[in-house]
Amino acid sequence: MSLVGAKVLRKEDPRLLSGTGRFVDDLAPAGCAFAEFVMSSEAHARIVSIDVRRALAVEGVLAVYTAEDFAEFPDVPGGLPDLERPTLARNVVRFVGEPVAIVVAEDRYAAADGVQALEIEYEPLPVVATIGDATATDAALLHPAHGSNVATVVPMLEDLERELDRCDGRAHLHIVNQRCVAVPIEPMSCVADWGVDGLTVWATVQAPHHLRNYLANWLDIPQVDCRVIAPDVGGGFGSKIVWYPELFLAPVVSKRLRRPVKFTQTRSEAMLQMAPGRDQEHDIDIGFDNDGRIRALRLVVTQNVGAYPDPTGLGLAVLTTWMAAGAYRIPEVQTSYRTVMTNTTPVAAYRGAGRPEAAFSIERIVDVVARRTGLDPAEVRRRNFIPPTAFPYETHNEAVVYDSADFPELLRECQRLMNYDAVRAEQEARRGDLSKPLLGIGLSCWLEIAGFGPNGSLEGFGHLASWESAQVRVQPDGSAVIFAGSSPHGQGHETVFAQIASDELGISFDRIQVRTGDTATVLQGIGTMGSRGVPTGGSAVKVASQRVLARAKKIAAHLLEASEHDLEVVDDAFNVRGSPGKKVGWADVAWASFQPLSIPPELQAGSLEERLFQESPNFSYPSGAYGCVVEIDRETGRVTIRDMVIIDDCGTVINPLLAEGQVHGGVAQGIAQALFEQMVYDPATGQPSTANLMDYLVPSAADLPDFVAGRVDTPCPNNPLGAKGIGESGAVGAPAAVINAVVDALAEFGVEHVDMPATPERVWSLMQGGSS
Amino acid sequence: MSRSVEVSIVVNGRRTSHSVDPRTLLVHYLRDRERLTGTHVGFDTSNCGACTVMVDGETVKSCTILAVQADGCEVTTVEGLSGPFDGRSAVQEGFRQCHGLQCGYCTPGMLMAATGLIEESGGEISDEEIREGLEGNLCRCTGYEMIVRSVRWAIDNAPS
Repeated sequence: MSLVGAKVLRKEDPRLLSGTGRFVDDLAPAGCAFAEFVMSSEAHARIVSIDVRRALAVEGVLAVYTAEDFAEFPDVPGGLPDLERPTLARNVVRFVGEPVAIVVAEDRYAAADGVQALEIEYEPLPVVATIGDATATDAALLHPAHGSNVATVVPMLEDLERELDRCDGRAHLHIVNQRCVAVPIEPMSCVADWGVDGLTVWATVQAPHHLRNYLANWLDIPQVDCRVIAPDVGGGFGSKIVWYPELFLAPVVSKRLRRPVKFTQTRSEAMLQMAPGRDQEHDIDIGFDNDGRIRALRLVVTQNVGAYPDPTGLGLAVLTTWMAAGAYRIPEVQTSYRTVMTNTTPVAAYRGAGRPEAAFSIERIVDVVARRTGLDPAEVRRRNFIPPTAFPYETHNEAVVYDSADFPELLRECQRLMNYDAVRAEQEARRGDLSKPLLGIGLSCWLEIAGFGPNGSLEGFGHLASWESAQVRVQPDGSAVIFAGSSPHGQGHETVFAQIASDELGISFDRIQVRTGDTATVLQGIGTMGSRGVPTGGSAVKVASQRVLARAKKIAAHLLEASEHDLEVVDDAFNVRGSPGKKVGWADVAWASFQPLSIPPELQAGSLEERLFQESPNFSYPSGAYGCVVEIDRETGRVTIRDMVIIDDCGTVINPLLAEGQVHGGVAQGIAQALFEQMVYDPATGQPSTANLMDYLVPSAADLPDFVAGRVDTPCPNNPLGAKGIGESGAVGAPAAVINAVVDALAEFGVEHVDMPATPERVWSLMQGGSS
Repeated sequence: MSRSVEVSIVVNGRRTSHSVDPRTLLVHYLRDRERLTGTHVGFDTSNCGACTVMVDGETVKSCTILAVQADGCEVTTVEGLSGPFDGRSAVQEGFRQCHGLQCGYCTPGMLMAATGLIEESGGEISDEEIREGLEGNLCRCTGYEMIVRSVRWAIDNAPS
């Protein structure tokens, strides 16, 4: 029986359910000291003085460090010239929460005491906390040497004004895609131990080899002396790809103190230091004819990158502009973007990373087209879909060639499961009935770019390469171990990769172990992001397993004195087709594979091992149709989701249970962006007003609905598995479905757009005729 | 340490005692002193519930009480859960069967909260009430529906 496609329970779970998982803060090497940052209390200020004396006098404090103690080391790698981020603030602080000093102590309590005792005097500088303030003509500059608060600009080739004007109608939306924080439940944590045998860093990161590559270079030590381990990682959602200062400073502190040192954030620190995502402003213009056909689209993106441009933060808008046209065949598309620095925490990837923003804007403005033409939103979408026969489909950007999709079928299935016509009828019947809540229906027919990636795609974000690695090794007893370069943080790699390998090798699932996250044992790796785990990492496992099996068959054939072409492998044994009982067990084949006298002459001992770097000829493009039905309380403006239907196309599904889990989690974050979450800064002072979870609303079980999930599968032609990836889908597709439903419910008030989050206050004031 | 106090707590049926700084939180007593690292710290503002344990049969967020407040109490952590499902309790097994966890970081707290909720309600509880009952525990991976299914599985498969 094939395990690919089966609901297999996870290998990871027994340890995680019994409290024996191992997360970074669980580690306590002998003599481990505890370090904590002193964070800037100001958004933009000159550091006048730092007085460490009282902090050093605190009982248990071992050392205090400031920027000058690390003067011989470079800035955080990956920044732009003149805009690099210092590991500790030098002379100037540029966002609230920026690390200014380190206090190291015997334990976390003493470290906190030391942080309290340290005194910093600041001289305030003018604060620019918003895109508007940062781009004003007389704006104060964050980085005077750069001469502007605009970090990068990619202009548009032509403005499309003529094409837009030529249409029967045109519409424009200004859309604020608000800053959200990833909030993995495990905050950043790392332990560095630099002893005589070299450096080991345990860190809660999504890409341990990526960190190893940069850290060794930064420390100017050989990579062989620099081991990075990502043990169990408590969620990431993009926020754990980023170079945080402690990842670089902890090793230096460990070396100086000659003892292991641990940094573990509190949540209050994490809210200010871990990279948030989104934070784009869009001006989107669309030209359409009276029959609902879209003729031209223009998207102008401004990305707030925060105080220091992160390599990923700089790339978010690229992905947004690439995916600007979504699921639609639009003859003329033009895009542009610029990235702007503000006195806020540096922005980077958050689940979807640039693609939720694209999907939201195109799906919002397609609804505006429906409103203006009087057509049903589903009908407008159908009239503009790229038809299933048009793939591979070349878009407005030559880098983007959609692989496969069936948008009409996705939408049909979505409408069927949400009883679309019946809900529309109910809505019509309810109109004007003040005794009932407002009813709104929203659709989102989205696709995204995933499966990173083709050669060159991740290099642009600073990665070594874009392949993913797998090393499949059969042990002498016929069990197998897989070293996978893609390092997980909850996705279930140990299970999914073992399913793939079991199918290919014919070795039972229970006799396969997957190892990840340790640069000393795993060949090489890129990391887990961009929905690439299965399409790229899983494909590496598949192909490497196939190659191992091909050699195992030669050995089995040799032992059986049969033709390798007559062999099939079932239940841990090689059987000769048509000769019942003529077989040899995997264990015997594996044992023989290490004995030169037992193997065919063309093979060498130990040949049942394969290391592979899986490249991809193109990206994958997961897609879906999501439908949302909301009710809005007429008195309070409170939005309640009544139905949430999610139809996904992620190509080949390895494990439907885990795939559904990924979608649920993504949809939950998408709903949270639509209704609850926003990182807010006081525009005058740059002080965050949602810096803890009392003010930043991460939804609980009571805040979210049940989901109705379905699938349409169009295999991806660009990898051996046919998989597209599923990690980001929900977060890409859900926000537009929810907000389109909210706007639909508010139609009678003449509302054409609501910015996220659609809080009761915001919705209520729109019902009173206010602006969004 | 001159200001330390003696604390004695029965943890998972075993008597423990340590001399601690009076401000030591129960969660740090468990994690740092007893090396029971299954109980996690997610938030320092008591929002997430990853640190949930049972103190004398009541679910408590162990980052919100001091170890000295648990002096003389009986504490059960995730390491103390057990049952007939290959050593796992019905709640633990429910989470495995229904994919009620992904990264596993919130899971120990979620298991303790769910265990408490089922005990408190005697299993007579709607899905809506399960959601309400777990609202003190945040999970960022699952979207919660599979956690609700997990708790339902535990109720339906509880050993009689």
